[in-house]
Amino acid sequence: MKHLLSIADISRLDAIKILDTATELARVSDTPMKKLPTLRGRTIVNLFAEDSTRTRISFEAAAKRLSADVINFSSKGSSVSKGESLKDTAQTLQAMGADAVIIRHGASGAPARLAACEWMSGAVINAGDGTHEHPSQALLDAFTIRKHLSQGGEDLQGLRIAIVGDVLHSRVARSNVLLLTKLGAHVTLVAPPTLLPVGVESWPVSVSYDFDQVLESIDAVMMLRVQQERMNELFFPNAREYSRYFGLNTVRLNSLHPGAIVMHPGPMNRGLEITAESADSARSVIVEQVANGVSVRMAILYLLLAGDTSIEAGL
Amino acid sequence: MKKTLIKNATLADGRICDVLIENGVIQAVASSLSDADATIFDASSMILMSGLVDLHTHLREPGKEDSETVLTGSRAGVKGGYVALSAMANTSPVADTAGVVEQVYRLGKSAGLLDVFPIGAVTQGIEGKVLAEIGAMADSVAQVRVFSDDGNCVSDPLVMRRALEYVKKFGGVIAQHAQEPALTSGSQMNEGIVSATLGLKGWPAVAEEAIIARDVLLAEHVGSRLHICHLTTAGGVEIIRWAKARGIDVTAEVTPHHLLLTDESARSYDPIFKVNPPLRTEKDVMALRHGLADGTIDIVATDHAPHPGESKECEWQEAAFGMLGLEHALSIVVATMVETGLMDWAGVQTRMSTAPARIGGYVDHGRELAVGAPAHLTVINPQASYRVDRDQLQSKSRNTPFHGMEFAARVVATFFHGEIVFKDGSNA
Repeated sequence: MKHLLSIADISRLDAIKILDTATELARVSDTPMKKLPTLRGRTIVNLFAEDSTRTRISFEAAAKRLSADVINFSSKGSSVSKGESLKDTAQTLQAMGADAVIIRHGASGAPARLAACEWMSGAVINAGDGTHEHPSQALLDAFTIRKHLSQGGEDLQGLRIAIVGDVLHSRVARSNVLLLTKLGAHVTLVAPPTLLPVGVESWPVSVSYDFDQVLESIDAVMMLRVQQERMNELFFPNAREYSRYFGLNTVRLNSLHPGAIVMHPGPMNRGLEITAESADSARSVIVEQVANGVSVRMAILYLLLAGDTSIEAGL
Repeated sequence: MKKTLIKNATLADGRICDVLIENGVIQAVASSLSDADATIFDASSMILMSGLVDLHTHLREPGKEDSETVLTGSRAGVKGGYVALSAMANTSPVADTAGVVEQVYRLGKSAGLLDVFPIGAVTQGIEGKVLAEIGAMADSVAQVRVFSDDGNCVSDPLVMRRALEYVKKFGGVIAQHAQEPALTSGSQMNEGIVSATLGLKGWPAVAEEAIIARDVLLAEHVGSRLHICHLTTAGGVEIIRWAKARGIDVTAEVTPHHLLLTDESARSYDPIFKVNPPLRTEKDVMALRHGLADGTIDIVATDHAPHPGESKECEWQEAAFGMLGLEHALSIVVATMVETGLMDWAGVQTRMSTAPARIGGYVDHGRELAVGAPAHLTVINPQASYRVDRDQLQSKSRNTPFHGMEFAARVVATFFHGEIVFKDGSNA
């Protein structure tokens, strides 16, 4: 595995290896030193052509804990916002000797273009591309679910997970559908018909338009962010109606069976897709998802850049 | 008196004949002709047909000469076996006045390799609001008969109705780019299983079919002539079939790329496969092939759309729509239609020469190979396997999606007014 572009490109065993590696690396994060020398002297570029604070700092923290040199290349004030082409940016990064590029981009497929082109040779890690995929988010979600619900199992066999909201525009949903089903979970997408892609019938999932009907039969519920810009695109009448049918409110929270967890990739619209009570409840693992994100991203960087050596050797 | 004698050619109907050309006109078609003064062209085991006519070409001049000019497009055309091209109106400035269409017409004449027939815009600036000076373009030196806002759809039904009515004055035709804009805002590729996976905004088949359905009914209502550009969907084929059965005066075209490629190509995110209208599914491709075979679709037209490198060396959603077509169209039609047994050579000649000439009103083209016809001819070697190389194109641009593909049949010579304007990979 040279790049991480899409969950579709990795096998079930690859995924489990990333999760297992993350588990071991999480222990490092719990030590006072928090740092491994593994990627010392390697240059990792955070190429963020779209605003994202949490994913960028999560990758930055992960890279730094592995002792890599991190260069942040974000859209504001950079040449990306001045209309520089992806090709020129890639050639610039190549000339600077980047070993890996972590790319967040508004255009679906931009990381795949970087990986396939002859413009640069480093590893490409997709940190979210348009409405395509967000593989590291799915891996951290799977990591979080496994930790809470798999009772020591290596995968997510038999777990029932609902992904609720704007599936049509969600890269988180696409990556999670691929990964969670690859790991043996049953995924149900819950959304108004307008926010499900044409072609969803080919996905290995169940689809429901009725959130209340699926609540009692799930082990985890993953709420998706509703982008403000969708409000005026006729996908639903208004925010109030959306919340009424697809928001995770207290009544729905209490209908979940004991032990079920509440997830959200962030940033949340409190009061729209999730109420404050649900977000802050004991079932919520939303803050923990953020912490797990660093370990999982360490594992991704480790496995892509440090070769197939064991963590003990890296230590 | 310049004379050429083409020997042992296989005509589209299967006859093996010699063809004598004198002063640009066919003088004799018979077996075993001889003429001591004539230059001999040996066409043994070659197919000889009336020269190919393209009803849909983007030559980019004036305004976008970095991607193509009338001259480079003409060179690409004759290499592909074409003797007539129809220059689309979406240039800069738009071909919406007699001045611009005459300019394009004259550029074609001065290139001199084939006939360039300008297509006039339906509306000013191809903005879909106010009719362009259609009459002035029809009366100009260019004698425009085909009008299209291609690139844009004439989406306003009243504007479309008026345009259809107006061109009846001189027997013109409106060539519609069928794309409902409200259903395709920001669309990137066919809406379906592949777009759902790739997260690229979908372009539903219904956006094309709804306009086709509306416009065949409008054409029926006002008794005018409608041509549908680049049909891409199985549903569109059904609507055209229905309209023809009803007696509506409609014709339709399909591009080589829509006969060959599907939306699966987008999985690479390589915008070389980004085109308007988009590549569709396997089911659509099969429906298009069968529609072309049974005559529901009248012609193959290239929609040759050159773009400079920077318009394709980028993210999919930033890239320009369009792909080259002229140089490989014939090979692709043979691969998808003849080698599959769906169509014979006579069918190829009808769909790529006779019918497009008839629709465009190009009276000197698409003629039967008979005494007195202008010697516009295409010579094809059906067994000359080659691999497409984007670095070996006559077009000024390189945006061919066929790079690396292998095809069996190729054009080996093109005659325009009896002169060899293309032979064996070089412009004579």
